[in-house]
Amino acid sequence: MTQTVDIDKLLNDLSQQLRSHLSDNDIKAPLMIGIHSGGVWVAERLHQLLQLKDPLGHLDISFYRDDFSRIGMNPQVKPSHLPFSVDDRHIILVDDVLYTGRTIRAALNEIFDYGRPASVSLAVLIDRGRRELPIEANFSGLKMDLARGENIKLQGPKPLSLLIANKACK
Amino acid sequence: MIRRNIQLNQQGRLRHFLTIEGLKRQTLVDILDTAESLSGVTDQTVKKVPLLRGKTIVNLFFEASTRTRTTFELAAKRLSADVLNLNIAASATKKGETLLDTLHNLQAMHCDMFVVRHADSGAAHFIANHVAPHVSVVNAGDGSHAHPTQAMLDMFTIRRVKGDFYPLKVAIVGDVMHSRVARSQIHALTTLGVTEVRVIGPKTLMPKGVEALGVHVYHDLDEGLKDVDVIIMLRLQNERMEGELLPSAHEYFQLYGLTQERLDKAKPDAIVMHPGPINRGVEIESSIADGPRSVILQQVTHGIAVRMAVMSTCLGSHADGGAA
Repeated sequence: MTQTVDIDKLLNDLSQQLRSHLSDNDIKAPLMIGIHSGGVWVAERLHQLLQLKDPLGHLDISFYRDDFSRIGMNPQVKPSHLPFSVDDRHIILVDDVLYTGRTIRAALNEIFDYGRPASVSLAVLIDRGRRELPIEANFSGLKMDLARGENIKLQGPKPLSLLIANKACK
Repeated sequence: MIRRNIQLNQQGRLRHFLTIEGLKRQTLVDILDTAESLSGVTDQTVKKVPLLRGKTIVNLFFEASTRTRTTFELAAKRLSADVLNLNIAASATKKGETLLDTLHNLQAMHCDMFVVRHADSGAAHFIANHVAPHVSVVNAGDGSHAHPTQAMLDMFTIRRVKGDFYPLKVAIVGDVMHSRVARSQIHALTTLGVTEVRVIGPKTLMPKGVEALGVHVYHDLDEGLKDVDVIIMLRLQNERMEGELLPSAHEYFQLYGLTQERLDKAKPDAIVMHPGPINRGVEIESSIADGPRSVILQQVTHGIAVRMAVMSTCLGSHADGGAA
C-alpha cells in the first residue's frame, strides 16, 4: 500500500521550522549532515531551500551500528564524507524516518569522532514513534504512530515518495 | 564427507581469508568496496570506528615481518579490536605439534581471530581446520603459497588509479616461482577479469605449468612490458641470489631490473608497484621506485584499509542473524 503524502509540503514545513530556529538562536552558518541514504536526499532538499553556503556532509553510520554482531558487514556501506571541520559549529543532522533512535545514536557517536560541535539538532521528515532510546527530533515534517510490524520507507532520490507497508508475516 | 570451501561458512559468508583461489568476483569486489569506505576513517579526528570493540585479534607470526604485521595491527586498532602480537620462532620438525599447542592455548584465552604468517605453505589452512567455530583465520603469508591481503591491497591500488579492471594488461616481473604474492595476485587479477596477465622472469624462476592459471609467460622483459598498464615488480629474496638459480644480483638487474628505458616500453600512464621491501638496484632502479609512476607507498597506505575490510568481513560472518 502506498500512501499519498505531499512530500514537498513536508519539506517546506521543515525548512520553515529550521529557518525560525536559526534566526531565533542567531545561528548564521549551520552545517548540515544527512544520514545515508534517505537522510541525504532530505538534506539535499533542505540545504537548497535554506540556501546554506557550506557543502552538505554525508554520514553512513554502518561502522557505528549496534547490531554488527547480529548482521555482520554490509558491503554496500558508503564512505562518510564531512567536507568541513565540525569543531565549534552548529550541526543540523537530517534523517528521513525517526523510529527506534538507534541510527541517531550511531550518527552522534560518529560525528563526535570528527570533533566537538557547538550543538547538534535533529530534523526528520517523518517521526513514526516507538522509540527505544531517549532520543527526540527537534524538527519533524510529519508525526505518525505506526505499529512495529508496519514499515515506512522513503524512496528516491528523484522524485521522493513514501512507501508504507505491512511486513509480511514470517 | 562433503568438502566445501573452508573459507566460507554455512551461509556462504567469508569466515576465513586464506587464499584468493576459489573466491567469487563479488566477494573480492565487496572487500574492495568495504575498504574504500573504511579508508575514510583516517579523515576523522578520532581515527577509529567501534566495529570490532571487544574482539581480540592475535597476530601469530612464525616468520619475521615488519610492514605486514604493523599494518595488520593498525587495521585491528582502527576497528577498536584488542591486539596481541606473538612472534614465534617455528620449529620445523615439530611444526604440527607446535602450531596446535599454541593454537589451543590462545583459544583458551578467548581470542576471536588469528592472523597467521608462517614459512610453510598451508599453515593458515591447517590452523583454520582446527580452530573453534567462533574463530576466524586470516592468512598473512604462508610459504610460497599465498598472501591474499597483499594481493587485495594491490587490487585496491590498481582500482584507485585505473578505475576499471577489464581493459588492463598487467605484468608481474621476477621470481614468480617462490612468490606467494605473485600467486595471489594472479588469482585476484583473473577473478576480477583483467584483459591479460603476463608473468616475466628467467626460466629458472618460473613455475612449470603456470600458464594453466591463465597467464602469458615471457622471458624477455622488454617484450613483456610492451603496452602494459600495470607493472608489478617482485622482491628477489636474498637467498635466491646465493643459490644456483641465478648467476648474480648484477646480472639479474641487467636482464630483469626495471629501468627508465624499460618502463618506456609500457603505456605512458603505466604504474609501477612493488610489495616491498625493495632491493634497490636489484629488481628496480632507485629513481623508478621513488619516481612519479611509482605507487609503492600508496600500496602501504591502502594495506591498512584493505586489512580492516578483511577483518570486519570475516568477523561479521559469525553474525547470529538478529534473533531479537
